[in-house]
Order: sequence, then structure tokens, then C-alpha cells
Amino acid sequence: MQALTQRAKPVDRRPMNWIEKIYLWNIFKGMLITFRHIFKKKVTIQYPEQKRPFSPVFRGLHILNRDEEGRERCTACGLCAVACPAEAITMEAAERLPNEEHLYREEKYAARYEINMLRCIFCGLCEEACPKDAIYLSETFAPANYSRKSFIYSKNDLLIPDPKTKPEEFNIAKGLIEKKKKTK
Amino acid sequence: MILLTIDWAYTIEKMVLIAIVISVSLLIAMYATYAERKIAGVMQDRRGPNRAGPFGILQPLADGIKLFFKEEIIPNNSNRWLFVLGPCLAMLTAMMTSAIIPWGSTIEIAGRTIPLQIADINIGILYIFGVVSMGVYGIMIGGWASNNKFSLMAALRGASQAISYELAMGLSLIALLMLTGSLSLKTIVEQQINGNFWNIVYQPLGFLIFFVCALAECNRAPFDLPEAESELNMGYHQEYSSMKLGFFLFAEYINMFISCAVIATLFFGGYDMPFVDESQLSGGTALLTGLVALFGKTFILIFVFMWIRWTLPRFRYDQLMNLGWKGLIPLALLNMVITGAVVLFTMKTP
Repeated sequence: MQALTQRAKPVDRRPMNWIEKIYLWNIFKGMLITFRHIFKKKVTIQYPEQKRPFSPVFRGLHILNRDEEGRERCTACGLCAVACPAEAITMEAAERLPNEEHLYREEKYAARYEINMLRCIFCGLCEEACPKDAIYLSETFAPANYSRKSFIYSKNDLLIPDPKTKPEEFNIAKGLIEKKKKTK
Repeated sequence: MILLTIDWAYTIEKMVLIAIVISVSLLIAMYATYAERKIAGVMQDRRGPNRAGPFGILQPLADGIKLFFKEEIIPNNSNRWLFVLGPCLAMLTAMMTSAIIPWGSTIEIAGRTIPLQIADINIGILYIFGVVSMGVYGIMIGGWASNNKFSLMAALRGASQAISYELAMGLSLIALLMLTGSLSLKTIVEQQINGNFWNIVYQPLGFLIFFVCALAECNRAPFDLPEAESELNMGYHQEYSSMKLGFFLFAEYINMFISCAVIATLFFGGYDMPFVDESQLSGGTALLTGLVALFGKTFILIFVFMWIRWTLPRFRYDQLMNLGWKGLIPLALLNMVITGAVVLFTMKTP
């Protein structure tokens, strides 16, 4: 029969000779191997201090985007909720009042916006469905918690920091979003 | 009125020595657990414990505290008295062996010459064998009293393993005793200091057999059959929790330390520092070099024990018995006969 690859090694079925039978030589060889491993580079990543970079296409917890002036981009159109195969997203729309132009970008906004992280399958379809550039999947994953309730993320948990009060954090979040956009 | 003529200074010095030896062996056993995990780590390209304190050196302490605070569980159907006796016996016999190891030559305090050995008895090696074979009672009683079939099976394995390997161990030592002509460990060490070579040069095969048997006696890998997790869940200490479990695990490490010290004493010259003439040194320096030499040798041997554990897979039960009865015992007998013949023809008796 023709071998598919040249990598197969025939098994040595010769009976063991005397040296092999008393095993000592092979034990010694094995011990040399383990001894050499003492000086090898450790593969451990010291997690809390040292983190592995996420892949640019990683889909983690959601974030809700703001524009440069810190206004929420979401208009509560509901397309993300429709796109969501796990039905994890719920929202309530509201109309923007005349004195709220600095808070919301358009006339309609989401008064309540919740994502159940236990239902979410992190498929990223909400991100793709959004016409307003408002929702993105970030590079963090949901931390462990004791109650189911705490996994329902409200708008406060999802919104990125306000550029007026926390410009640095806002820039970090924005940079992340720009990186995400490039992968599309 | 004199009731008994007791040399109180002698009693006190022995008490102090016992306290020191026991606390030192406990400390070393504690850090042997740490060393084991560290060595296992680096041999598998990991780091080992490094969270508790710098380099993880507080890890044994944390483990001990954890074990103390665990819930004490005694199974309903177990024999309560024997269940508690098991770990106690394991610990006791592990500590008792240290009594006859000569840790150094002598020390002079307030005009008294104190030998650094708790008891220099003239049947030293026999004493070791007696105590070591009692050690298996800890496992047996613990495993049987648990009233659990896996524990019982592990205990039976432990007992049969200990019995088979004690034979080869004794036979390998008889060859050594023919050379030294004494059972006292102190005399054996002094002969090695005064002679040209350590006993390992005269008895390489005997050392090899003794070393393998010591591995088996300590229930260390590749002979850790009583703790074969894959077949026996956890082995003889399955039903144990809290510090009783800790005692079993701890006794293993004390055993390892003591047996390494015994091997160092019997085959590697004990407290004899190589290439140094102790008789030229002053009292304090000689004592210190002796201690450093003995503990250095012991630590190297402990490292070898751990190195073997993290290299070799566990023996199968029939392989274990084959090696013991068909391999080591005939080999030890052969070694004994050859040594006897050589001693007879050269009359190299001391």
C-alpha cells in the first residue's frame, strides 16, 4: 500500500536485549530528558500581571458607542435585538427632549438597553446589524459572579466612558473600536 | 534520698537533641513538599507555586493552615479508634527512625562532650528495619479502618510491597555489613571517614538495590502503588480529611528525608566532607562542615528521589512484584555471595 505521507515510522519489534531489559540505561536517558527541561523556557503566562493579547476579531462583552462629543449613538431602532439569535437584547425607546441634545445624538434614544450576558452567544450579529455604529463587541469577557441578575448588563455597564469627564478612558475605548472596524 | 541515679544533664541534652532533630525534620519535610512541587513544575516547563510569598516560599505554611481548617470527617462505619491511630502511627514511625542517624561528630558544651546522635545503639541498622517495617502498619490500619474497599486494597498493596522490598533491602545491606563488620551507624560513618573511599565504591550494586528498595519503602513513584489514583481513587487515605490526611502525606516526606539521610550515612560517608580532612579542623568548624556535608548529601538524594518521581511512570502491580522477587532479591543474593567471597579471600575485615 502506498503511504500517504512520508512521516510514518515503522515500529521496532525486535526483542529487547539485555541492556534494555534491565531498564537502567533507559531510565537514565529519561532522567536526562527531564533534567534538560529544568533549563527550558517556561510556557506559563503569569495571568493577572501578564495578559495575552486578544485576537483582533475577538468577540467579548458589548460596549455602546458615543460620538466625539459624548452623545450616545444608539437610536433604539431594535435591529440588534432582531438580529440577535439568542434574544439576549431588550430595549425601550424614548423621545429626546429639547434640553437633551448634548446627551443623545438623534431624536430617538434608548431609555433602557439591556443585554443578558448569560443568553448572549457572542456571535457579533448585533454589531453587524447596527446601522448607527453604536454597538461593538469588546476584548473583555464576562467576569464570574454569584447571581444571575448581575449578568444582565444595563446601559450604564455597556456605555463607553464620556469624553467630557474621562477623556483618557474614552480614547482607549475609541481606539479599540477603530481597531475592530479595520477587521471588517 | 536518692530514688534513682539519673544523670539529669544527660537526659536534658538528649531531650534537646530530640526536639531539635524532630523540628528540623518537620521543617525539611515541609519544604520538601514545596521543593517537590517546584521541581515538578520546572521539569514540566511550568513554574510551580509562586504566589504565597516571594517565590512561593510560604506555600507549605498556607497548605498546612488549609489542612488544619478543613472539616474533620470520620466515616460512620469506620473503626474510630483505629481510624485515628493510622495517621498517628505513620507519623510516629516516620519520626522514630531519625533517632539513630549520626548528624555530626561531637559538640562541646560546658565541658560536656555531646555526640550529635540521639542513640548510638549497636544494632542501628536492625532498629531502622524494625521501625520502617512498622511504618506500613500506619498505611494498613488506616486503610482497613476506613471501611472502604479501595482503601483496603491500597493498604494490602502497600503491605505486600513493603514486605517484598524489605527482603531485598536487608539482603543488600548484609553485603555492606560484611565489609563494615558493625551494625552501628556511627561506626560505619567513622570507617568511611578513616578509610579511603565511601561505601558506594565497594558496594555499587548494593547501593542500587538499596536505593530502589528505599523508593519502594517510601511509597515513592515509580512504586507509589498504594496511592495509584487511576485505579484506587486516592489509595489508603481516601476517607481521610483535614490534618489526618496531612499527617499521612507529611509522613511520606519525613520518610523520604530520613531514608535519604540513611542512604547518605550508609553509602556516602555520612557527615564526611569529601576532600577535607576533618581531624585537621577545629571542633566548631569540623562540626559545621560535617553538618553541611550530611545535609548536602541528603538534599541531593531528595532531589534524585523527586527527579525519579517526575520522570518515571508508575509500575504495574505484577511488574512491581516481578522486579522485587525475580529481579532484586536474586541480585541482592548474588551481591551478597560475591562480597562474602571477596571478604573471605582478601580478609578485608576491619
